[in-house]
Amino acid sequence: MSSTRKRMRALVALGAIGTTMTLVLAGCGARAGDDAAGAGSSAAASCVDTSGDTIKLGFLNSLTGGMAISEKTVSDVLHMAADEINADGGILDKKIEYVQEDGATDWPTFAEKTEKLLTQDCVAAIFGGWTSSSRKAVKPVVEKFNGLFFYPVQYEGLESSPNIYYTGATTNQQIIPAMDFLAAEGVKTLFLAGSDYVFPRTANAIIKLYAAKLGIKIVGEEYVPLDKDDWTSQVAKIAAAKPDFIFNTINGSSNVGFIKAYYDAGLTPAKTPIISVSIAEEEAPAMGHEVTGNYASWNYFQSLKTDTNPEFIKNWKAYPNSSGVTSDPMEAAYISLYLYKALVEAAGSFDVDAVNAAAKAKPITFDAPEGKVTLDGENHHISKPGHIGRINADNQFDIVWASDKFIEPDPYLEGYDWFPADIRKQLTDAAG
Amino acid sequence: MDGLIAPLLNGSAQGALLLLAALGLSLTFGQMGVINMAHGEFLMIGAFSAYLVQQVITASGLSIPVALPVAFVVAGLFGLLLEVTIIRWMYRRPLDTLLVTVGVGLILQQAALQIFPSQGVPVEKPRWLDGQLTILGYSWPMRQLFTILLATVCVAALSAWLKYTSFGRRIRATVHNRDLAETTGISTRGIDRLTFFVGSGLAGVAGVAASLIGGTNSQMGAQYIIPAFLVVAAGGIGQLKGTVIAAWAVGVALAFFAYWTTGSLAQVLAFILVIVFLQLRPQGLFTVRTRSLA
Repeated sequence: MSSTRKRMRALVALGAIGTTMTLVLAGCGARAGDDAAGAGSSAAASCVDTSGDTIKLGFLNSLTGGMAISEKTVSDVLHMAADEINADGGILDKKIEYVQEDGATDWPTFAEKTEKLLTQDCVAAIFGGWTSSSRKAVKPVVEKFNGLFFYPVQYEGLESSPNIYYTGATTNQQIIPAMDFLAAEGVKTLFLAGSDYVFPRTANAIIKLYAAKLGIKIVGEEYVPLDKDDWTSQVAKIAAAKPDFIFNTINGSSNVGFIKAYYDAGLTPAKTPIISVSIAEEEAPAMGHEVTGNYASWNYFQSLKTDTNPEFIKNWKAYPNSSGVTSDPMEAAYISLYLYKALVEAAGSFDVDAVNAAAKAKPITFDAPEGKVTLDGENHHISKPGHIGRINADNQFDIVWASDKFIEPDPYLEGYDWFPADIRKQLTDAAG
Repeated sequence: MDGLIAPLLNGSAQGALLLLAALGLSLTFGQMGVINMAHGEFLMIGAFSAYLVQQVITASGLSIPVALPVAFVVAGLFGLLLEVTIIRWMYRRPLDTLLVTVGVGLILQQAALQIFPSQGVPVEKPRWLDGQLTILGYSWPMRQLFTILLATVCVAALSAWLKYTSFGRRIRATVHNRDLAETTGISTRGIDRLTFFVGSGLAGVAGVAASLIGGTNSQMGAQYIIPAFLVVAAGGIGQLKGTVIAAWAVGVALAFFAYWTTGSLAQVLAFILVIVFLQLRPQGLFTVRTRSLA
């Protein structure tokens, strides 16, 4: 993007960091180590205060800058979940008291705020994030201070950490179901269109391997920077390649430009349908009628008929400032807080090591709007149903395909023989 | 043949959008020497104006033609407000205007994020822009032609205005020699305000065109601001024809690089070209004496 602007942003961020540093220096050391559980095995002594009738949790999302477009809903639904849990008695009879921080679409800020939340606010766990870059910024910090981070968005997999819980889909719960759907549809040729960053690049590497196994031919692959909307040149190439289907891993506002260019080029869902992994109920309205008839692969859709979904939708619609529609990432964020509650109650403690031990001891479940999800105590991901939806005129999704059972999370794709170990290592290192 | 015609046509349209974004800057930056980093947000204001017009006039065939003048006036008024409240105090301090207008841009972005749905709003394309023109075997989207026509009309109107009206003559007089212009009775303060209104208004028009190509949301302005500045600089400060040629060249270069390589690499290659060009010819394609920068 704009180098001058970035430099300006850096100046602003520098100011913010300076202020934070001063605050940290001023506020540190005031309270430490009256942890009730007293696990003490962690490298840095936890300063979480569990003596009162409240428990502090940190919410960390970009509320300003480019990613605020997406992250605002995740932040809002976390607040709703906290209110619900508090109205229901809290966690271990303690009310949630949350500290909201703004990651400001700046990855060093995410790291900085994580450290602040853990060492100065002394929160028991942190919830939020959206981009893989934000998660990768938070990861070393929660690992260093032995904190907990709950990450709610589908991502490229190939990661696990004792200090992170992932409540969004990993690739075998979203990408692979989408490919299974395409194979079932008899697709022979596929074009890959993505934004240029780690998720689309990794996803497409996996797609190409699986496509070879399924006998689907990849007839083209195009990337555009995340902050560029104009897809006309690339869509001209897609139109010339005449694929049976387009696999879309574009993220953010660039998706709107892609759909407009697709429609303008005269491509239609009848002849050249798109399957997307980042267009949900939240994003579709900004694309108008031009996106109608195309497909998306998610675990949760607002249109899902489960026991808990109607209540979730009702509560969200009634929530102040709500966007009025529910979507997969926000549902995963909603799960994350309840999953934490279930973990803490199973552990009988807010201590990180006790929580991680409880995750391994017996399967932790939650009756989520997408169905009953089960936590994998080893890789910290959850089981999820695979769904393919087709966008209708109301910007809702008609479910056209569902996996026959909940898909166990396999972030490193170890259960797939077409995924060779050397490529796993190469992609894991590249994603580093 | 298809391999050359598609990037040529699409590149021309891409250049036209870049030109629309840069036209206003060639006035405020080129003529007045103000580095207005909030120009991208004026573009965003134009796009949101188009959305608001569509809430009143629901027939999309009519709403876009109405939205163009509305966006011009709304974005122009925001520009005028910025000039009257902030810029007027900083004419001799271009670096300060840069800092201040970055701040103004961030405020406008955040305001849009709070007011409108965070994912952005849909701007419906008129039905008469559906479909494609077949040119030498390539099905060219009609919308691309619309962008080119709109840019052509804006350039023609702006240059006629600068050349043939008394306002235009006064603007040119002020640019060439402010003190002398004042002694002949020209209100240079008034001219500054008017220039800023028109320059910002043109960003609004660019916003309507952008809303038909990409997303209409709080972040949309950011992707246009730096390319637009580069185009103005490469074209030569204060020179409309230089801006036109530079915008077209960058657009076509982007499209050809995108055709031969990938979308990401095209961005890098096209702007490396611009930077190399500016190294070799810092004054840009064409030069004119102005009271600053040139």
